[in-house]
Amino acid sequence: MNDRPPTRRAVLGAALALGALPLNGCGGGARTEIRYWNLFGGGDGVLMLKMQDDFRAKNPDIDLEAVTLAWGAPYYTKLAMAAAGGRGPDVAILHLARMPGYPAGHLLDAFDEELMAEVGLRTSQFPPGLLERATVGGRLYALPLDVHPFVMYYNTDLAGKAGLLGADGELAPLTGPDQVAEAFAKAKAVTGRYGLSLDNLDVQPWRLFWGLYRQLDGAMELPPGGTVGIDDAKAIRALEYMRRLTAEGLATEGVDYPGAIASFINGEAAFHWNGGWEVATFTAAGLPYSMTRFPNIFGNGRTAGDSHVFVLPHQRVRDPERTRASYRLIAHMLKTSVTWGSAGHVPAYQPILGTPEYLALKPQSEYRDVTPDVQLDPPAWFSGSGSDFQNQGGAAFQGVLSGELTPEEGLARFKAAVNKLLTTLSPV
Amino acid sequence: MATITAPTPAPATTPAGRRLPPWRRVPAGLLFTLPFLVFYVAFLVWPTLSALYLSFFNESLTGTRGEWVGLANWAEMFGDSAMWASFGNTLYFTLLTTPPLVVLGLVMALLTNRAMPLRWLWRMSFFAPFLLPASVVALIWIWLFQPGFGLVNDTLTRIGLAELGWLTEPELAMVSVAIATVWWTVGFNYLLYLAALQQIPQHLYDAAAIDGAGWWQRLRSVTLPMLRRTTGLVIVLQILASLRVFDQIYLLYQGTGGPGFAARPILEHVYTTAFTNFRFGYASAISTFFFALIVAVSAVQLKLFARKGPDR
Repeated sequence: MNDRPPTRRAVLGAALALGALPLNGCGGGARTEIRYWNLFGGGDGVLMLKMQDDFRAKNPDIDLEAVTLAWGAPYYTKLAMAAAGGRGPDVAILHLARMPGYPAGHLLDAFDEELMAEVGLRTSQFPPGLLERATVGGRLYALPLDVHPFVMYYNTDLAGKAGLLGADGELAPLTGPDQVAEAFAKAKAVTGRYGLSLDNLDVQPWRLFWGLYRQLDGAMELPPGGTVGIDDAKAIRALEYMRRLTAEGLATEGVDYPGAIASFINGEAAFHWNGGWEVATFTAAGLPYSMTRFPNIFGNGRTAGDSHVFVLPHQRVRDPERTRASYRLIAHMLKTSVTWGSAGHVPAYQPILGTPEYLALKPQSEYRDVTPDVQLDPPAWFSGSGSDFQNQGGAAFQGVLSGELTPEEGLARFKAAVNKLLTTLSPV
Repeated sequence: MATITAPTPAPATTPAGRRLPPWRRVPAGLLFTLPFLVFYVAFLVWPTLSALYLSFFNESLTGTRGEWVGLANWAEMFGDSAMWASFGNTLYFTLLTTPPLVVLGLVMALLTNRAMPLRWLWRMSFFAPFLLPASVVALIWIWLFQPGFGLVNDTLTRIGLAELGWLTEPELAMVSVAIATVWWTVGFNYLLYLAALQQIPQHLYDAAAIDGAGWWQRLRSVTLPMLRRTTGLVIVLQILASLRVFDQIYLLYQGTGGPGFAARPILEHVYTTAFTNFRFGYASAISTFFFALIVAVSAVQLKLFARKGPDR
């Protein structure tokens, strides 16, 4: 799912999902009804609808009522309220980094490994790092569907003209701050405008910062009631590099999300940094492009991202039949997640990654090894996709990208905002 | 026309009214207003009171808390710099939009109140933007304000001026919202003024013309005084509408509050507090505070303009 507010496509996707509702209403008497909520309104939402239809066709005894809600705060509000009342949907999607805001046991119910085994799911089929975030008090509260990292798209025509492609027609690896900047400079000479198109506003500056800061091995501690623990020197290095890209005119400046996409599609830039979820947009635009992992700038390949997970919202009275049907839905989604992978997300269900169908997905499968390097937000009730924390980070660091704030000022603003969140009594 | 005598008011006591005992009259009135009252109480009075009530609890959207905290939310609010900043943004927006929305509405009404070819077309195009939903307005202006290829910046560079970061510079963030809003909503004030202009009796202009009043004299001494009540109404409605700004800003800046939160209105701060951070109690305190302010502002305004208005 796009980690951003709904687009026209998102609205269309939601409309499609709503339109599909009455079709589910005509179920037979003995069918088990389950409700599934998600927030997939982009190109991935269309794929999710396809997977749902596939599930219905193969499981005629289950009446699946699926609802797509608007991404971000609207979705999370509804989910929290429904689960707080103990009458939430049977299955829901969550961003793994948002889990601390959904207290395990209170808003979420734990997974039962026996029931998982009945549908052929084992914890060993998932990346351990993700499961660790999904485990509270020794119990598993989420099953990851994917990871969606921040990646690098490139226009193959323009990158070729700039002499940046290898003999195989793919981008020659870029490593280190200077090599990456030089590549953007060469690309800029070809496009005449920019090397890199980048959303300078919204939450994107936070994602960029977090990836770079984690490449520097920077740690971030968010102790409730305390102050943020952050390595100032490393944070400044990351911010200085971000500013370098705009100050040297290598990256777009003052451009928002749709603007950055437009500028990449229009050929004003040969590179584009964004989440992997925009694959469908660029393919639809007929752009000659490919994509690869976010470059190794500071010594490793870490990049910001999050993971869509399945959760079982808390039910005051849990019906065993519905619960079993819910597990079957989740198992179906995971085992057919090669479809999901075509949206640009990397499936978390590991057996998928080696299949020929998945490997045939180009360029989506090019960065399948990124999962261990995907850096989720530091855990806190207020962090994760669509959170105030990301918004505060975006606001502080966009000022650095535009030169409005020095890296030091941007960092100070970020710390002040986070400290305020930390001293706020957790609502969960 | 003012020459038409007003219909004679109904006599205070109709034969029917005299026959009915007082207790029969009250329920009839109540019955007629009941459908309205039910909705009014359920969707306005009750939520307002429960917001006030919630403001004394650390109520959370997740239902995990909800303890009595006394005045803690209120104390936190008065020391909350984000609250004051967003409150300031709302006031700034009101200041930026109210004068142009009132003056432009009047000017546009004056322009199209005369006989001219294609008058319906002018009137329709002046009013048309008001019919657009906020989401469409936001999309239109996001593209107009884009750096590089957006119409506004492209025009600026073509006439030799520098590009401006309409949606990216904190100083301009609210100005851009104001420009989009004026374009969007001026049609409403325009309509009120146009209707009011058509109510002004022609004989006043005729008399003024006989006395040798020119265009300016007629505007100053006939039109504007006759529009006074409308102006009062337009200003009151406009200030209230501007103070409630939320939709277009939320959509223009996609819920981020604009660069450095420079365009986050107080209602968005309430929204973020309640729905992103789950803090219902605290959000209730802010909205109750803001509600009280709006009530006070409108009370003062109504009093001011009710006195000034000529009795027509």
